[in-house]
Amino acid sequence: MNPTMTKKLLLTLLAWGIALIVFFPIFWMVLTGFKTEGEAVATPPSLFFEPTLAGYHEVMARADYLKFALNSIVISFGSTLLALIVAIPSAYSMAFLPTKRTQGTLLWMLSTKMLPPVGVLMPVYLLFRDMGLLDSQLGLTIVYMLMNLPIVVWMLYTFFKDIPKDILEAGRMDGAGTLQEVLYLLLPLTLPGIASTGLLSVILSWNEAFWSLNLTTSDAAPLTAFIASFSSPEGLFWAKLSAASTLAIAPILIFGWMTQKQMVRGLTFGAVK
Amino acid sequence: MIRPHFPTCFLQWGTPMRERTSGRTVGGFRNLFLQGPAVTLLLLWMLVPLGMTLWFSFQRYNLINPMISGFAGWDNYTYLLTDPALWTAMGNTLLLVGWVLAISVIGGTLLAVLFQQEFFGRGIARLLVIAPFFVMPTVGALVWKNMLMHPVNGVFAWLSNLLGLPVIDWFSSMPLTSIIIIVSWQWMPFALLILLTAIQSLDDDQVEAARMDGAGPLAIFWFITLPHLKRAISVVIMIEMIFLLTIFAEIFVTTSGGPGLASTNLAYFIYIRALLDFDVGGASAGGVIAIILANIVAIFLIRTVAKNLET
Amino acid sequence: MRLTHALPLAGAATLASFAAHAETITVATVNNNDMIIMQGLTDEFEKAHPDIDLEWVVLEENVLRQRLTTDIATDGGQFDVMTVGTYEVPIWAKQNWLVELDDLPESYNEQDLLKPIRDGLSQDGSLYALPFYGESSMMYYRTDLFEKAGIEMSDQPTWDQVQDWASQINDPANDVYGICLRGKPGWGENMAFVSTLVNTFGGRWFDEDWHPEINSPEWKEAVSFYVDLMNNYGPPGATSNGFNENQALFSSGKCGMWVDATSAAGRLYNPDESQVADKLGFAPAPIAKTPKGANWLWSWTLAIPSSSDAKDAAKTFITWATSQDYIELVGETEGWTSVPPGTRESTYENPKYQEAAPFADFVLNAIQTADPTDSTLKPSPYIGVQTVNIPEFQAVGTQVGQMIGAALAGQQSVDAALDQAQRSVERTMRQAGYYD
Repeated sequence: MNPTMTKKLLLTLLAWGIALIVFFPIFWMVLTGFKTEGEAVATPPSLFFEPTLAGYHEVMARADYLKFALNSIVISFGSTLLALIVAIPSAYSMAFLPTKRTQGTLLWMLSTKMLPPVGVLMPVYLLFRDMGLLDSQLGLTIVYMLMNLPIVVWMLYTFFKDIPKDILEAGRMDGAGTLQEVLYLLLPLTLPGIASTGLLSVILSWNEAFWSLNLTTSDAAPLTAFIASFSSPEGLFWAKLSAASTLAIAPILIFGWMTQKQMVRGLTFGAVK
Repeated sequence: MIRPHFPTCFLQWGTPMRERTSGRTVGGFRNLFLQGPAVTLLLLWMLVPLGMTLWFSFQRYNLINPMISGFAGWDNYTYLLTDPALWTAMGNTLLLVGWVLAISVIGGTLLAVLFQQEFFGRGIARLLVIAPFFVMPTVGALVWKNMLMHPVNGVFAWLSNLLGLPVIDWFSSMPLTSIIIIVSWQWMPFALLILLTAIQSLDDDQVEAARMDGAGPLAIFWFITLPHLKRAISVVIMIEMIFLLTIFAEIFVTTSGGPGLASTNLAYFIYIRALLDFDVGGASAGGVIAIILANIVAIFLIRTVAKNLET
Repeated sequence: MRLTHALPLAGAATLASFAAHAETITVATVNNNDMIIMQGLTDEFEKAHPDIDLEWVVLEENVLRQRLTTDIATDGGQFDVMTVGTYEVPIWAKQNWLVELDDLPESYNEQDLLKPIRDGLSQDGSLYALPFYGESSMMYYRTDLFEKAGIEMSDQPTWDQVQDWASQINDPANDVYGICLRGKPGWGENMAFVSTLVNTFGGRWFDEDWHPEINSPEWKEAVSFYVDLMNNYGPPGATSNGFNENQALFSSGKCGMWVDATSAAGRLYNPDESQVADKLGFAPAPIAKTPKGANWLWSWTLAIPSSSDAKDAAKTFITWATSQDYIELVGETEGWTSVPPGTRESTYENPKYQEAAPFADFVLNAIQTADPTDSTLKPSPYIGVQTVNIPEFQAVGTQVGQMIGAALAGQQSVDAALDQAQRSVERTMRQAGYYD
């Protein structure tokens, strides 16, 4: 065997070893979802067993998974779309019309994210009650939009900043207005960056578990609330919990995997080049 | 710097603006218009709840005891600041953020170098290794708690027994460490994703030239790869820090801040006040303190990181 | 052909649903087994009451409690039926947050509700919540292990005996631990158990002037006993074991003894859910210096918040879910060991239940001997066995629970932990204005 081949084999072994260790908790969770409750707590852990869908049946019988999943989809994509619409003009002006305050504004925006949500729960709850936004998809969409806005603005800003000024300049010479400039020049050029920003925002919204639990009841409850009803029932619950967890993360995991190439392309383009 | 006087600002609408080739023009009105929505929304988001929080923080306001009410003066603040638990919580917050940042950045960098190499099944291995970032923090923490770190039924306990090692009771003997492990597991893939991306844009010729000059792999990593990653590392630190400062779900699910206060961070401390004690006044005072801290962090830490991003 | 048949049918169904004009009520409940059975019987209820639709919000206990308290205190009006505990009901009723349930139908047979439970839910003679299931605490043990070790269970075990027995059956090498007890911090978790232990060791939460007594000799003795017992003969990871975790451990055969809620009995006795169903023994909760307050009293109840806009429909539902007929329904469909226990005399007089549940007498006796008005050796200003009927108790219980957790984990000595807990409770009580 030649040395390059040996090296490649060794690398394969090492990288796969690490990948499997990192992935193991997820693998184990998915596996446990197909066990009976007895097998789920068995010591030594059973790796070979007759798979059963009992856990899934019970989970499905107890909660309307599709309703929760649909809420998650609507809220995380809706909030991302809103955040992008608000953030693009803002990031544009920060990148192309910078002032002395730009850096400060950006930092201030990011610092709004460091406030623990629980610190403002009561005021937000009262406001939402008075505006009738409790347990509505719109309410949670707005909260998530605001929650992710700083990150979205900041990422878009880094992408926009890398656009050579000459290109926009050329467009402007041809008489393009701000709107055209953004729509026909900037957006197509930074599409990968915008897409990866959007993907990140979708993932963050999907996984958020504090606001979703406190501001929704049933109509607008997303998958994080679905999980909260399985997280510690009486009796043996590992298999059911695993089945419910698998159901809750499957859509976003598959979505993340499908789009990770896109995400990487966007990131290469901007922030981390 | 050419600063356009007021009328020019209006003319900027749709007209070419030569000054901008200097790249340092003041946008004025137009900036206001463009940044307006985002800034206004965030201002509202900050100010309205924050204003109310500030107001509550000077009130006696307990959700389950409406009998107690009225102006509290600085009571809520003195009560909070004299609580020894607050300082423990701050210390834990710093430890948590510091360790997770260190682990995910160092681990992420090393993994990025590894997963950049050619090997069999690289695409799939990469998918597996970034997967934890997509998992809900609550779900991740539940899996670690019940199926891996559980001292009786967990996989780790079984492995320890197999190797004849003593079984570690993770959440009671090393609560903060356990949480650091879980949080790092979630955030290292994120660092890896970003750093892997950055490493791909590394100039191969430069590496090749260095190798020709007799530089070993370590030297290449230290003198070429690492400087190249500087900016990406700053991005990772900045984004992760924002999220790590308010880590909550992982603690809520696993240790509930205990035993004692061993794993209570600032976010969880405020949670105890707000939703276990239902002391809205005290929790609001805690929120205000957290905001002040956040801004101090924003000014000092992020500014140094942000400098890196400028270049 | 099929189409022509299907269409009028669909039309009729639409019409029917229009005509019925069903009212929807939102029911918030805990994800405990008995409630999940209730949720599973939704169809039965809707069949009997076609004008009411049920919408369920099922959450784990901690999340549910914070969610409900936020909503009811801010008048949010998100729920029509709330599942709350014995501790909250009098406090919330005093704030006029709950609807008074005075004109219950004759068929509901109020007098059939067990007296200690009914008393706990009444304010000035009116009920403010209806009990869904009630519980006290008792001891479960493994008859096979006791037999092997040649131990005879006594009619009223003492904690000294328990310690001795635990040392004899403790066998960690074979994954059997002498005793399992709650260790997970929280006023409803470890403190429920520790409070009863302190009671029977002669301690109390507060003296007559509301000064806490957490670092009194009685507390120190009780907590030291608990920490030693668990460290020597308890399972690893005890600080994260609450009721659920211990039930899982006991039913998978890993504990020799377990002192906890009587409501676990049905499930432990059910061979589908428990590996120890055929070697399960019962005994009253152990005592030390005094039998007073050695076993707790708790019930999960259904109440209607004043902010509900469907109070009548909500009342129809809660009277259904806590009725004799409901218990009958569960007994017939799910089996008699699964009926919600501890609420009605009639359940315990029912021969079918007596036959299916040999533990029934223990449970009834435990509930009837628990007296929240007289649970401490020295006089105390509060009502409650394992809780104290003041709004501050959640805060106080959580703080002390955390400190005892730290002592159990070995991070602090028992004395240091209790001193710290005492200081923190004093702070809270002073802040709440009980004294200067």
